[in-house]
Amino acid sequence: MTQPVDVVINGERKHIRGGTLLDVLAELQLDPRTVVVEHNRKIVRRPVLHEVSVSSGDTLEVVHLVGGG
Amino acid sequence: MTTAVETIRDEPLTIGGRTFQSRLMVGTGKYPDMETMVRAIEASGAEVVTVAVRRVNLDRTKESSVLHFLGSKNVFLLANTAGCYTAEDAMRYARLAREAGFNDFVKLEVIGDEETLLPDVQGLLEAAKVLVKEGFKVLAYTNEDLITALRLEDAGCAAVMPLASPIGSGLGLLNPFSVRTIKRRLHVPVIVDAGVGTASDACLTMEQGVDGILMNTAIAAAQDPVAMAHAMRLATIAGREAFLAGRMPRREVAMPSSPTTGMLD
Repeated sequence: MTQPVDVVINGERKHIRGGTLLDVLAELQLDPRTVVVEHNRKIVRRPVLHEVSVSSGDTLEVVHLVGGG
Repeated sequence: MTTAVETIRDEPLTIGGRTFQSRLMVGTGKYPDMETMVRAIEASGAEVVTVAVRRVNLDRTKESSVLHFLGSKNVFLLANTAGCYTAEDAMRYARLAREAGFNDFVKLEVIGDEETLLPDVQGLLEAAKVLVKEGFKVLAYTNEDLITALRLEDAGCAAVMPLASPIGSGLGLLNPFSVRTIKRRLHVPVIVDAGVGTASDACLTMEQGVDGILMNTAIAAAQDPVAMAHAMRLATIAGREAFLAGRMPRREVAMPSSPTTGMLD
């Protein structure tokens, strides 16, 4: 079982269940196919999201494509 | 768009090894709603469509990305680095965009000033060099400055994108001479990006001989974005064909169009 962790996601402090980055996206109800995750300033590619675990104090950025010029 | 007569055959536009039939590229920002955006893109005939990279809103989990609306359309997504004020930020956004999107193309913007949104050409060159080395096809948004354009080409950019006038200003093509000079001196495609306000601006820009034009606000902020998108499509084609046709020389005195002989006594 994974331990809950305190992380910062998109600038917000969050207390989450933790686990791998794929678990975090599931917890946030985000589709891994439509977002990109930066874990402590390092991009984690989709195929390896399930291999990287989050720890307390980590910083995550979850981005997607929006309208722009 | 077919014309009644057989006109000049144009070469398709090729950027970074990709070929496009339409010389008009459009943005996806600032539309009143997504349905209007999709219809405007269709009306514009554009194949290249720009998007931005932003944080997912964690409070609105059902929020769809722009891909949800463009997914079924046959468009080529060109991610930008809009909103970045340093080379480092622009590179970070470009790398995220490459993971989010489906290609190595990036419209590189490094903004230098909040009021005018004019580019920071030093940061732009710095970021362009690094991203080219990382395999990106860089389309660099820049001033209508020949020297910077030449340096961006030297840095390996796939296209150089001088502005017509500041982003979102709708002031039209302020410096046709400089844009024409850039087009004449560069070998890579020159795409004018930003500043057009209406169809005549797009036509005049294409008449300078540039390879294409990119716009967002002129369409999105029109009273009827779908109708304006279609007008821009026609204007881009008209300007391109007028350039290829070659305009008559300007002269400062009149010359009659009808015969001066055969007049009645």
